[in-house]
Amino acid sequence: MTNITRRTAMGAAAGLALAAGLTASTAVSAQQAMELRFYYPIAVSGPITKIIDGYAADFEKLNPGVKIKPIYAGDYVQTIGKALTAMKGGDTPEMAILLAADIITLTDENAVVAIDDLIKSDADKAWLGGFYPGFMENAKLGGKTYAIPFQRSTPVLYWNKDMFKEAGLDPEKGPANWQEMMDFAKKLTKKDASGNVTQWGVQVPTDGNTSWLFTGLTTANGVRLVDPEGKKTNFADPKVVESLQYLIDLSKAGVQPPGLTSWGTTPKDFLEKKLAMMWTTTGNLTNIKGNATFPFGVAMLPAKANFGAPTGGGNFYIFKNIPAEKQKMALEFVKFMTTPERAAEWSIATGYVATSQAAYDTKVMKDYIASFPQAAVARDQLKYAVSEITVHEGQRVMKVFNDSLQAAITGSKPAKTAMEDAQRDAERILKDYR
Amino acid sequence: MTHQPAADSTAFAASAAGPARQSPWQRWSGSVEAWLLLLPSVVLLATFTHIPIVATLIDSFYSTPRPNRPSRFVGLRNYEDMVADPLFWKVMWNNAVYAVGTIPLSIALALAMALFVNDRIPGRGFLRMAYFTPTVLPMIAVANIWLFFYTPDYGLLDQVLRLFGVGATNWLGMQETALGAIITVAVWKEAGFFMIFYLAALQQIPPDLREAAAIEGASRWTFFRRVTWPLLAPVTLFVLVNAIINAFRTVDHILVMTHGGPDNATNVLLLMIYETGFKFWDQGAATALTIVLLAVLSGLALFQFVVASRRVHYQ
Repeated sequence: MTNITRRTAMGAAAGLALAAGLTASTAVSAQQAMELRFYYPIAVSGPITKIIDGYAADFEKLNPGVKIKPIYAGDYVQTIGKALTAMKGGDTPEMAILLAADIITLTDENAVVAIDDLIKSDADKAWLGGFYPGFMENAKLGGKTYAIPFQRSTPVLYWNKDMFKEAGLDPEKGPANWQEMMDFAKKLTKKDASGNVTQWGVQVPTDGNTSWLFTGLTTANGVRLVDPEGKKTNFADPKVVESLQYLIDLSKAGVQPPGLTSWGTTPKDFLEKKLAMMWTTTGNLTNIKGNATFPFGVAMLPAKANFGAPTGGGNFYIFKNIPAEKQKMALEFVKFMTTPERAAEWSIATGYVATSQAAYDTKVMKDYIASFPQAAVARDQLKYAVSEITVHEGQRVMKVFNDSLQAAITGSKPAKTAMEDAQRDAERILKDYR
Repeated sequence: MTHQPAADSTAFAASAAGPARQSPWQRWSGSVEAWLLLLPSVVLLATFTHIPIVATLIDSFYSTPRPNRPSRFVGLRNYEDMVADPLFWKVMWNNAVYAVGTIPLSIALALAMALFVNDRIPGRGFLRMAYFTPTVLPMIAVANIWLFFYTPDYGLLDQVLRLFGVGATNWLGMQETALGAIITVAVWKEAGFFMIFYLAALQQIPPDLREAAAIEGASRWTFFRRVTWPLLAPVTLFVLVNAIINAFRTVDHILVMTHGGPDNATNVLLLMIYETGFKFWDQGAATALTIVLLAVLSGLALFQFVVASRRVHYQ
C-alpha cells in the first residue's frame, strides 16, 4: 500500500514536470513566429468574427512570420476587463479594440503607448492626419494620440415611411427638431378600443448605458456634459435637466413606452412595426436594411439649439511594455486595417461609420451611397458630434450618471434632484484628479 | 469525534506500559500515508480556495494600487467607505429580498412537483423531463428566453395578459416589477434541480410505511406531515444549503436582463463586487465587499450545519 502511494506520488511529480516542460516548449515556438494578440469586442450583430478572421489572414499572407491572434472577449466592458487583467498578470497583449471613451482609463493605468511615439515617416503622419476630427477628439489626450479610430458609430433616427404616410406626414422627411419629434410622435401613436397602445410614436432606448443617447439630447441643447480634460462633470446644468425632462415628457405624453426601454428590443420593435421612430446606433443600419419589410428613412438626431450627437464605438490601442518590434508590427496591422478601401468595406458590411474622408471617396463607397443614401447620414452628422462622456474613473462616473438618469426616467426622483445627486457623486469620485 | 483523543491516550499508555500493538514508526508512517492521500485535494483546495481567501482578506486592508499611487495599508478604511455607501445597503437589501423570494418558493415548488410526478400518473416521464429542462439550460440561455417572455407588448407574458384585458407592462424597465421578474426566473430555473433530489428521496421511502399508515386510517396530509416530511429532512437541509448559496451566487441572468438597473433596483452583492472589481478596478473596495460576501455565506452555512442539522434525522 505504502509502495503504491509512493509510486503514485512519483508519477504525479513526473507528470507535473512534463507539463511544465511542455509549457516551456510552446513558449519557445511562439517566439519564433511573431504572435500578436488582438483583443476584440463583439458589439453589433452579424458575422463579425468571420470578417475579422479574414482580415487577420490577409495580413498574415502579406507578412510571413507574423501570426495575428484575435481574441473575442465579449462586449466592450468584458474586453477591457480581460485585457487589463492579462496585463496586470504580466501577460500583456499587443493590441486591442476598446471603447474610445476608455482612453483615460487606459492612460491612467499606464497601459497604452502614444501612437505619435511609434510614427517616424511623413507617410505615417499623413495617415494619422486623415481621420475625421470628430473621431480623433477622444483619441487624443494632453496633445498626444493614443488611439486609432476603427469601429466608430453615432446614433441616428430611423423612421417608418409607411406609418408617416398613414398619419398624414411627409414620408420623406424625419423630424428636424425636438418640437417636431413630439408633434410627429403624437400623430403616430395609435391605440385600440380599450385604450391600449398598439403603435408607439417614438422610442429612445434607455437601459444599460443610458448616458450615450442622452448625450444626443444635451449636445443638441447646447451643453457639454464633461470638460475636455475629463476632470469635471456638468450634470446639474439647467440645460441638462431640461434635456432629461424632455425625455421624460415623451413618456408622460404617452408617445413613448413608460419606464426603461431596451437597447436590445428597440430595433425589433421597429422591425415588428410596433414603433414609428427610433433612436439607435448607425451600427444597426445593415441589420435594419436587411430585415425591414417596409421603406424606412434615416435622419440626424433632431435639433434644439443646434444639431448634436455623441460618437461612440471602439478604437485601436497598442500596449506598452511589449518588445519594440512587436509594437512596430502592431502599428503595421492597424494601418492595414484602416486603409480607405478596408474602412469602406467594413462600413458597408457592418453599418459603422467609415473613419476617414478618403474611405468615402473610394468608388465602392460612392456606389453604395448612391444606391442607399441613408448610409451617408451618420457621416454628415459627424460635424455636430461630440465624444461620449470621457472622464477619469470613466466607468464609475458613468454608473452614477446612468443610475440617476434611470431613477428620473422610472419616476423615483424628479429630473432636477436626480441630476444634482449625479453631480454630487461625480464630484466625490473626481476630487482626487484635480 | 470527541472520544478519539481518549482512545489515543489509552493506546499510548498501553504502548508505554507493555509490548506495543503499534510501534511509533508504524503509527508515523500510517499518518504519512494518510497525509499523502489527502495531499492532492489539500493542494488544490489551498491553491484555489484558502490562499485566495487569505490574500483577499489582507488586500481588503490596503488601498487600491494605481500606477502613480502604490497600494498602502489603510486599516479599516475600505470597510468604513463601504458602510457609508448607500448603494451597499441597497444591494444588501435587494439580496435579502432576492433570497427570501427565491429560497422558500423554489423549495416548496420543487417538493410539490416531486410529489406530483412521484405518483403513478400517465405521462410521468414526460412531466419529469419537462420539470427538469430549465435546469439543464445555461443561465444565459434562460435569461434570453425570459427576456422574450417579459418583452413589453408582444412578449409571451403580455400576450397572455392581453386575453384578460391587461395592457402592456414594462416588466424589466420599472423599479416596481424588475426585482420580482428576476426572482421569478431564478425560481423557475432552480425548482427543477431541487425536484430531482426530492424525487430520489421519495423513492427511498419504504412503501410499507404508507400501507401501515393506510391501515391506521391516517389521512394523506397526516402521512405527509408525520412520515414523508421528516424523512425528507436531510434532503431539505441539503437543498436549503444549495438554495442559499445560489441566492448569493447567481447573477448571470441579472447581467443579461437588467445590468442591475433600473437605478440599481436589481443590483445584488455579487454583481456589485464584479462591477467594483472589474469595471472600476477598485481593488480595495471590491475585496472588502468580497469579505462581506464570504462572511455572510460562511455564517449561514455554519448556522445551518450547527443549528439546523440537530433537527434533521439521518437514517
